Amino acid sequence: MSSRPRTLFDKIWDSHVVERLPDGTCVLYIDRHLVHEVTSPQAFEGLRMAGRPVRRPDCTIAVADHNIPTVGSRKPSDIKEQDSRIQVETLEKNVKEFGVPYIPILDVRQGIVHIIGPELGVSLPGMTIVCGDSHTSTHGALGALAFGIGTSEVEHVLATQTLLQKPAKNMQIDVTGTLGFGCSAKDVVLAIIGKIGTGGGTGHVIEYTGDTIRALDMAGRMTVSNMSIEAGARAGLIAPDETTFAYVKGREFAPRDAAYEQAVAYWRTLPSDAGATYDTTVRLSTAEIAPMVTWGTTPGAVVPITGAVPDPTQIDDPGLREQAQRMVEYMGLSAGQKLEGVPIDVVFIGSCTNGRIEDIRAAAAVARGRKVAEGVQALVVPGSGLVKQQAEQEGLDRILLEAGFEWREPCCSMCLGMNPDKLTPGQRCASTSNRNFEGRQGPGGRTHLVSPSMAAAAAVTGRLADVRQLG
Amino acid sequence: MDKFTTLTGIAAPLPMANVDTDKIIPARFLKTIKRSGLGVHLFDSLRYRKDGSENPDFVLNREPYRGAQVLIAHENFGCGSSREHAPWALLDFGIRCIIAPDFADIFFNNSFKNGILPIRLPRAVCDQLIEDSKLGGNARVTVDLERQVVVRPNGEEIAFEIDPFRKHLLLNGLDDIGQTLQHAPKIDSYEATRRSEMPWIPATTG
Repeated sequence: MSSRPRTLFDKIWDSHVVERLPDGTCVLYIDRHLVHEVTSPQAFEGLRMAGRPVRRPDCTIAVADHNIPTVGSRKPSDIKEQDSRIQVETLEKNVKEFGVPYIPILDVRQGIVHIIGPELGVSLPGMTIVCGDSHTSTHGALGALAFGIGTSEVEHVLATQTLLQKPAKNMQIDVTGTLGFGCSAKDVVLAIIGKIGTGGGTGHVIEYTGDTIRALDMAGRMTVSNMSIEAGARAGLIAPDETTFAYVKGREFAPRDAAYEQAVAYWRTLPSDAGATYDTTVRLSTAEIAPMVTWGTTPGAVVPITGAVPDPTQIDDPGLREQAQRMVEYMGLSAGQKLEGVPIDVVFIGSCTNGRIEDIRAAAAVARGRKVAEGVQALVVPGSGLVKQQAEQEGLDRILLEAGFEWREPCCSMCLGMNPDKLTPGQRCASTSNRNFEGRQGPGGRTHLVSPSMAAAAAVTGRLADVRQLG
Repeated sequence: MDKFTTLTGIAAPLPMANVDTDKIIPARFLKTIKRSGLGVHLFDSLRYRKDGSENPDFVLNREPYRGAQVLIAHENFGCGSSREHAPWALLDFGIRCIIAPDFADIFFNNSFKNGILPIRLPRAVCDQLIEDSKLGGNARVTVDLERQVVVRPNGEEIAFEIDPFRKHLLLNGLDDIGQTLQHAPKIDSYEATRRSEMPWIPATTG
């Protein structure tokens, strides 16, 4: 091994190269493969046609999360939409046929794949982790190289436990300072995307560094890493430290006792070496970070809640100007309009971005003693059965229900509306999810991405509101 | 997977940046367990009006672009989700090549796996090709993968870069699982080494 100082990414990459082909493409070993119902059916079908087995069922785990109802019976056979039911039943059939470990929907551990991977200790530092879902970047918060893949690659991993890949470039995003009152990890990552743009990370793996990142708990780190893909990066990474080791300890699939000590000793070798170089470095100060809200239909179209919708006519590039005009029109806003005070119809608190217990605590803290504004529907969808259970033990469900929020069962839900939770055309939603693309939460729906406390503030005021003003 | 060698056909202009995968194929159409049949939902929100009828202003609803095999767009094409339904829908419609200044990584990867060639060319060149494509049915563009050139309707050739390994797979229509399995002994020995060096890595089988 060379003595050149290496980044966290370089170290994980190097330790997973099975073979380097003459043109630089690598056969990269995959430690963990997470499988869900939407992007796997065609992959299992491919294996079946070719007569190939799953090479390492013991490195694989499956769960259904995208299509699951959040109210009523959750038995797969009771799912009302036929194509959703078929997709879930197909997964159940495939995991049985190929011997893949599976967490059934009625198991308390079921939840969004990116919530349960870390929660169950399936995802660990130093690993390569893939899933047929772009928000696999979430697991990078543990110091694992985790990225989304397409269905052909899902089949490739099932068959070979490897991927054919070329190394990404290294990007460092260094965030320094103490987060202001009312600001959270979501505001950090929205500010980053606003700064570097939705294509700013293309071809790179982002390592987040700096004292602001170090100070985040694991939930916050996962929120940041989760949205790396919204900046175009293949993956996000945060060096494992004491916060990480404490988080992992004792989780169901994590190593225990002597094995845990051995693992920690290895994980301590992973952080980037002093003198390691990055292809690109971006610096951000918490002075640039306020509670953020998106105004358009890309996550990069974001301003502080005290800001206004930009004027598209001020944009020089004709393509970008046209895009901005279309965004303003689609969102039903006008150039120069203040974001604060825009009336909303729906609030969605949940998703792999903000569906963890810490997010629900943040929402409940704002909701406590207040009422959801008249005419507003406010959904809280815990990211997993374990998150839901924990919240109920803490009485957060009571606080939210008393305030008029709906307390639902875990699933991806209104992040992408593959289950019945959708916006209707023209509805405006303050959402803790990750994408505000046109129609993402339902055809014609309008999405404003915000943090959990900002979403709760929107719910109780009926408008996009500055959570710092609620007192 | 079909081979990709040379293609001559109609190019459709889509001069938009950040064409995301929800725009290419909305999530509600992902509830399929097949790869085929998604072409009808390609660009659903742009292609159809609220009543379900075709939007006559959208390029792929106009002749000759209904038969387009090449799509020319702006920056960050295919951003968003990892859904391979996006290239499946493009392929099912008949698109075999997309030309843009740059692509989102996962979409770029997924395209190759389905015999679709994504070509990166500078924005000014894309804009030139978009102007060419507005000439309509007589303005056919040729994409020659072997020689790595795009031939404009006026005969001018524009060179493009492509990873040699990916070029080889596309030209021969090769399944990359078959390629990787040639390295199976290496994968076996990697696993054996890893088991001895990192015995603490737990199994998901409990």
